[in-house]
Amino acid sequence: MKSSVIIFPGSNCDRDMDVALKKFGFENQMVWHNDAEIPKSDLIVLPGGFSYGDYLRCGSIAGKSRIIKSVIDFANSGGLVLGICNGFQILTETGLLPGILQQNKYLNFICKNVFVKIKNKENKYFKKIKKEVLELHIAHNEGNYFCSHDELKSIEDNGQIAVTYCDHKGNDDEKNNPNGALKNIAGIFNKDKNILGMMPHPERMIDPFLSGEDGSLFFENLIESL
Amino acid sequence: MVEVNEKIAIEHGLKSDEYKKICDLLKRTPNITELGVFSAMWNEHCSYKSSRRHLKKLHTKGDQVIQGPGENAGVVDIEDDDAIVFKIESHNHPSFIEPYQGAATGVGGIMRDVFTMGARPIANLNSIHFGSPDHEKTRNLLRGVVKGIGGYGNCIGVPTIAGQTCFDESYNGNILVNAMTLGLVNKNKIFYSKAAGINKPVIYVGSKTGRDGIHGASMASAIFDDKIEEKKPTVQVGDPFTEKLLLEACLELMAGKSIISIQDMGAAGLTSSSIEMASKGDLGIEIDLTKVPCREENMTPYEIMLSESQERMLIVLEEGKENEAKKIFDKWNLDFAVIGKTTNSKNIELFFKNEKVAKIPIDFLAENAPMYDRKWIKAKLPKENSFSKDQFKSLKLSDCLKKVLIDPNIADKEWIWDQYDHTVMGDTIQKPGGNAGVVRVHGTNKAVAAAVDSSATYCHAHPLTGGKQVVCESWRNMIAVGAKPIAITNCLNFGNPEKEKNMGEFVECVEGITEASKYLNYPVVSGNVSFYNETKDKGIKPTPSIGGIGLLSNYKEMMTMELKNEGNYLLVIGKTEGHLDQSVFARNILSELNGPPPEVNLFNEKQNGMSILNLKNKNLIETCHDVSLGGILTAISKMVIKSDKGVKLFPLEGLVNKFEYFFGEDQARYIIEVKPENLENVENMLKKDSIHFDKLGLVDSNKITLENDLKLSIDDIKQGYKNWLKEYMVN
Repeated sequence: MKSSVIIFPGSNCDRDMDVALKKFGFENQMVWHNDAEIPKSDLIVLPGGFSYGDYLRCGSIAGKSRIIKSVIDFANSGGLVLGICNGFQILTETGLLPGILQQNKYLNFICKNVFVKIKNKENKYFKKIKKEVLELHIAHNEGNYFCSHDELKSIEDNGQIAVTYCDHKGNDDEKNNPNGALKNIAGIFNKDKNILGMMPHPERMIDPFLSGEDGSLFFENLIESL
Repeated sequence: MVEVNEKIAIEHGLKSDEYKKICDLLKRTPNITELGVFSAMWNEHCSYKSSRRHLKKLHTKGDQVIQGPGENAGVVDIEDDDAIVFKIESHNHPSFIEPYQGAATGVGGIMRDVFTMGARPIANLNSIHFGSPDHEKTRNLLRGVVKGIGGYGNCIGVPTIAGQTCFDESYNGNILVNAMTLGLVNKNKIFYSKAAGINKPVIYVGSKTGRDGIHGASMASAIFDDKIEEKKPTVQVGDPFTEKLLLEACLELMAGKSIISIQDMGAAGLTSSSIEMASKGDLGIEIDLTKVPCREENMTPYEIMLSESQERMLIVLEEGKENEAKKIFDKWNLDFAVIGKTTNSKNIELFFKNEKVAKIPIDFLAENAPMYDRKWIKAKLPKENSFSKDQFKSLKLSDCLKKVLIDPNIADKEWIWDQYDHTVMGDTIQKPGGNAGVVRVHGTNKAVAAAVDSSATYCHAHPLTGGKQVVCESWRNMIAVGAKPIAITNCLNFGNPEKEKNMGEFVECVEGITEASKYLNYPVVSGNVSFYNETKDKGIKPTPSIGGIGLLSNYKEMMTMELKNEGNYLLVIGKTEGHLDQSVFARNILSELNGPPPEVNLFNEKQNGMSILNLKNKNLIETCHDVSLGGILTAISKMVIKSDKGVKLFPLEGLVNKFEYFFGEDQARYIIEVKPENLENVENMLKKDSIHFDKLGLVDSNKITLENDLKLSIDDIKQGYKNWLKEYMVN
């Protein structure tokens, strides 16, 4: 399976993602933002970081970068596009995913382990994961998901909510919401479920000596489903 | 142009005899640009004029040392072809004036020092000191500094893996922000600042030069008064995004062979970077200031030379490599300009719009900079307190413990480190809040441990002992994670060196650091000095911060402080005499502020530490934690809270009373967890090495208990400890 990780100026989780993808069997290549084309891939990943310094608004400049047209074409033709953290922000900026990511409710950067509940397994990202609740890691300042009433209704109706923040038992209530995200949303799909944006970093949870191992489940499933 | 005279020189922070010396050396009056250059190079921050003579005594050698003090950062060998580049640096004065930018640019500056040498930064640490929590400025300063450190480090994508936060009223008017960075480099590919060869192109890369930070280094060499707010424009403004690009571009250029020498523009900007490169190479340098990329219009030579705009580098390239280099910086969208060349004149010569605007022999600025042998007084060891039985009579262990655990210097700092990305780069295997932060050396079995320590209370009570103690504490932090201690970097924060008492504190702390680092083979390889931490005649307590690093040859053998299994034994390694003077207990419970700090016995320190590593190598230790502030019971409580397991303490034997035993701050001690089946073996090994140890108790399910004296649930101690800072910050 071939994957491509796009590097924007200011990306800083590109290497971590490269390490994770390779560990689970992907043949990964790094693609520079100023390239016009993406090599043949089964999966494109927009990694975390601070693309273009997150100036203007998180992900907004990256959302207009040269490479992004190819990403949009790839996604529209049904290709798998995964955006983690800043990558999620970029996906909302391009319009590939609905809604926006605002500054965290308590206005602080948050770096810690969180639990997320898988809300929809009818897709390639979570299909074969046996657990219902995963322990992942967040590190962001703007992860407070928000969208309009109508958008929310359509997201819910179409089963587009991918993961929600919760406790270890899966209670995704306000008490277990680290950043103020609407409905505890930590990640969403597009209608066709080939695009996933999420704030938590599975690539930081792939080794028992790091924060945990639930990220491994995510990548194991991904390579199997493809 | 401004006519230079003594008054203007004094406004530049020079003393009148220093100005006279400049005129004598030049055999004429300097022009304003030249005066600016002299003032930048001769201030305390850049010239180390009060400290140089004492810093020479530091212990800086060892087989592990590749580069000691004097370069952008120190470099140590970590086996194979790997080396660690590391340094700590202060950004105190700017952070008090503008906490966000002051702290942010402190982090940016130290990272540049590290990647200038060819190393990719792999971990950040910091040591921050604030005034009393009750002081009106403390909360906002803390918030701003934490946001600044996070804002910069998080954006660059380097994990902040450990740190230290202290509160003491002596920092009410002068907070301390010390930032440390570790970088990884191939030891055959280290870059130095020494220029070589004449007619080599001098290249400017990075951000454009603006009017920010002009005279920053001079500001950092002065005491504060009522007009301090007016100094805001001297604080630099950071742009971590540009730094990230600069980091990647520099490392890309360094992969080739075009760089002769490279130096970041830190304190005193273009002035000190160009002069240092030339001075180390025994060369001259010629710069055309018209070619310097400027952000603002009509900048004068004086402003260009003294700007402390961030994210800039100066490079001496091999001839003919300009285009190759420019391509890389173009790719990263960074400014690139050939601004001058090296010469054999041994002068710095500056041109602006085809006119020569300055010419100064380099040695006047470097070697001939003033050096002072300031007067100092030796501190006396304070008399020990003898506490009477009555003072303990009405005390209860549980009340005392709860009170100690909410001491601002002990209480949990999660509110702070949750705001730092400590997991990016995917190699952080011990997060903040442990004995030390630990990161793996990417792609190997090795890991590097790092911690920052300071003990201003001890240093204030007796500088010589305090200096020794803080090195020992750093060493202990390394041992406690199972790492072999390698080397240290020191950030020496002190008051006004023109005062004999402050100067004495400096001299004796340095002596203490030297003695301990020599004995422990834990050399100082880099650092900086920050004097004049004084506001309206009130100086800070002497605060040397020690950043230590250690090596784990197999990261899987790392030790942590979480208790593992019920029924395992807990042992205290090292002797507990019950030293309460200068302890948190004495201060908070007995209201006693005087007395000597705990004695430091270097022999015991080394023996105890080595015995821990020895036991660890035989796989006999489950958990390890060093005993520091707040003594044994505080250490135990932190282990309990971290692991959600209890401890059943054994009744005390011996003559020391329970308060002295549990809260005394004797040195060279560790708490270890041992499986019952290994106990005999461990005891025999310790006895064989004549290491003192006490059997402290057993790991239990969910309470801390000591017969009838103590019975607390985990929640009882957790609440206060975990919430103090969070509650303080929302109030």
